[in-house]
Amino acid sequence: MSLLTDLVNLNLSETTDKIIAEYIWVGGSGMDMRSKARTLPGPVSDPSELPKWNYDGSSTGQAPGEDSEVILYPQAIFKDPFRRGNNILVMCDAYTPAGEPIPTNKRHAAAKVFSHPDVVAEVPWYGIEQEYTLLQKDVNWPLGWPIGGFPGPQGPYYCSVGADKSFGRDIVDAHYKACLYAGINISGINGEVMPGQWEFQVGPAVGISAGDEIWVARFILERITEIAGVVVSFDPKPIPGDWNGAGAHCNYSTKSMREDGGYEIIKKAIDKLGLRHKEHIAAYGEGNERRLTGHHETADINTFLWGVANRGASIRVGRDTEKEGKGYFEDRRPASNMDPYIVTSMIAETTILWKP
Amino acid sequence: MSLLSDLVNLNLSDSTKQIIAEYIWIGGSGMDIRSKARTLPGPVSDPSKLPKWNYDGSSTGQAAGDNSEVILYPQAIFRDPFRRGDNILVMCDAYTPAGDPIPTNKRHKAAKIFSHPNVAKEVPWYGIEQEYTLMQKGVNWPIGWPIGGFPGPQGPYYCGVGADKAIGRDIVDAHYKACLYAGIGISGVNGEVMPGQWEFQVGPVEGISAGDQVWVARYLLERITEISGVNVSFDPKPVPGDWNGAGAHCNYSTKTMRNDGGLAVIKKAIEKLQVKHKEHIAAYGEGNERRLTGKHETADINTFSWGVANRGASVRVGRDTEKEGKGYFEDRRPASNMDPYVVTSMIAETTILG
Repeated sequence: MSLLTDLVNLNLSETTDKIIAEYIWVGGSGMDMRSKARTLPGPVSDPSELPKWNYDGSSTGQAPGEDSEVILYPQAIFKDPFRRGNNILVMCDAYTPAGEPIPTNKRHAAAKVFSHPDVVAEVPWYGIEQEYTLLQKDVNWPLGWPIGGFPGPQGPYYCSVGADKSFGRDIVDAHYKACLYAGINISGINGEVMPGQWEFQVGPAVGISAGDEIWVARFILERITEIAGVVVSFDPKPIPGDWNGAGAHCNYSTKSMREDGGYEIIKKAIDKLGLRHKEHIAAYGEGNERRLTGHHETADINTFLWGVANRGASIRVGRDTEKEGKGYFEDRRPASNMDPYIVTSMIAETTILWKP
Repeated sequence: MSLLSDLVNLNLSDSTKQIIAEYIWIGGSGMDIRSKARTLPGPVSDPSKLPKWNYDGSSTGQAAGDNSEVILYPQAIFRDPFRRGDNILVMCDAYTPAGDPIPTNKRHKAAKIFSHPNVAKEVPWYGIEQEYTLMQKGVNWPIGWPIGGFPGPQGPYYCGVGADKAIGRDIVDAHYKACLYAGIGISGVNGEVMPGQWEFQVGPVEGISAGDQVWVARYLLERITEISGVNVSFDPKPVPGDWNGAGAHCNYSTKTMRNDGGLAVIKKAIEKLQVKHKEHIAAYGEGNERRLTGKHETADINTFSWGVANRGASVRVGRDTEKEGKGYFEDRRPASNMDPYVVTSMIAETTILG
């Protein structure tokens, strides 16, 4: 198929100034990603210079057929690792023609939180650990698992190497480089405890950017699994029983937490999160009750618990942070299918703006 | 196969000035595209400088065996994305040796309409949304669909991503770049509602050029699916039942529609189209009655309706156009297998000359 590859990889910069922009948005389920491409007359690096666009909301469960136009507002630009050249990916959010965010648009409210002066002053940083499971196409059984059976129990797989322990590394490595190329702040990857499960981390990213980068990283991952003929699952407990779930732990700090005396600020913030445990859990991803059982490195969903270096807690504070008296903490509750706009803005809102 | 690819990708500019020109025309069914190549002594960028040619019309259902020569008149040049270098694609139309357009030549009449002074001064623009379905070779079942079965119902596939939702993207992306390289005004692509179905848009393109560009874009698509071992179908309802059909919506505007006060001109044009609904429908593609049912984002074939942002209407006016009082409208009736020369010229004729 090299003739096809030649065309897919054509470097257009030699023949035209035109570029291709892939507009990306979140669909009607709140987890399905959608995209389509358009030609622009020349390179663009500032989202405010990109035209708004629209799509058929009646085909994504986001509008009725007789009034189907949903408007896309470009919010962030990344380099396109598939088309390369001057071609771009554009993360968008969705509005009615009247300019109202549609119900599935969670970015709009998050952006409001992040532009509140008290939040801006605290420069909130996020490091999100996105876990996911690779599944064999058509059977939806994890990659590397025998059809009709199970691999050996968990133990050998975390950060492993070898054909009997590590399944799908080419996808993971392609994704790592593609994200770096695109300009996403991907800080690392590792093989996870359940075979066929992996994790990448994005961060530190500031404010609203964390959500944009996670969504585009997810899009790039799904494009790569599409190429590989494999299905990616963000289900928080893809296999019931003695197999780890998949989370999206959210590491968090503010300016005051990162400065001397920060440890006290961290403890106060954790207390506030404890008082709003139910509200956060409700927004931390569908199906999380199958994952947060108190086993498999989770805290029970009905319990709020924090501790230093404790992976069985809702919130974990690293030993470094405790030792230096400043740093960050890790909210381990969010599920892999959480919406990063909601989680990041809610943590900022509760810890900075909310008064108990 | 790298030795073969090396040869296919040879850059001849290093060794000769000669170029290869692929002459393209429409065959006897009105939908089959044909082509053959010839060597020319040097680069050419003006179609009027290309020699006329001829082909065996008795092999394409376009001439009798005892009088088989059909003459090709070069009409538009595009860069060849397969041979690259200075090599070109040439869109042609077909004539008898006496100089008359043969019956399947729809370009000739369209060109007449577009050169009418009243039409020319309105500078008609077209944006055509060409939908198509990719089919597995040999079994004629859409790609990605299980043999003997069906995929999950429509919902996840429109603009979808992922191996279980988007099938054939490499063909679509190769086609996008190939068209841009060739000089076709391709303005976008998207995955469609039925799995295995895709769309590309060409436009805005003026007058007769819209037809040329859509035909060459279709040719490029079929060359690329040929490389991929997949079949492309332009059938308007490839799978019966609760699966979307394939259309070729035609977005249209004239100078007066694009200027202030244009919305009133648009409404008048739509009224004229309403009066000629039957005539247009008859020319908008074979088998369209299987697609225009009133369901699956279509209007019923016997009904003419229009509305703002209404995807269930025959003609849709965008919200932007309504808001700004000027712009364009979308004729959603043409089927994916329509002839763009016929559709574009007919819309101009009805709305400007009618």
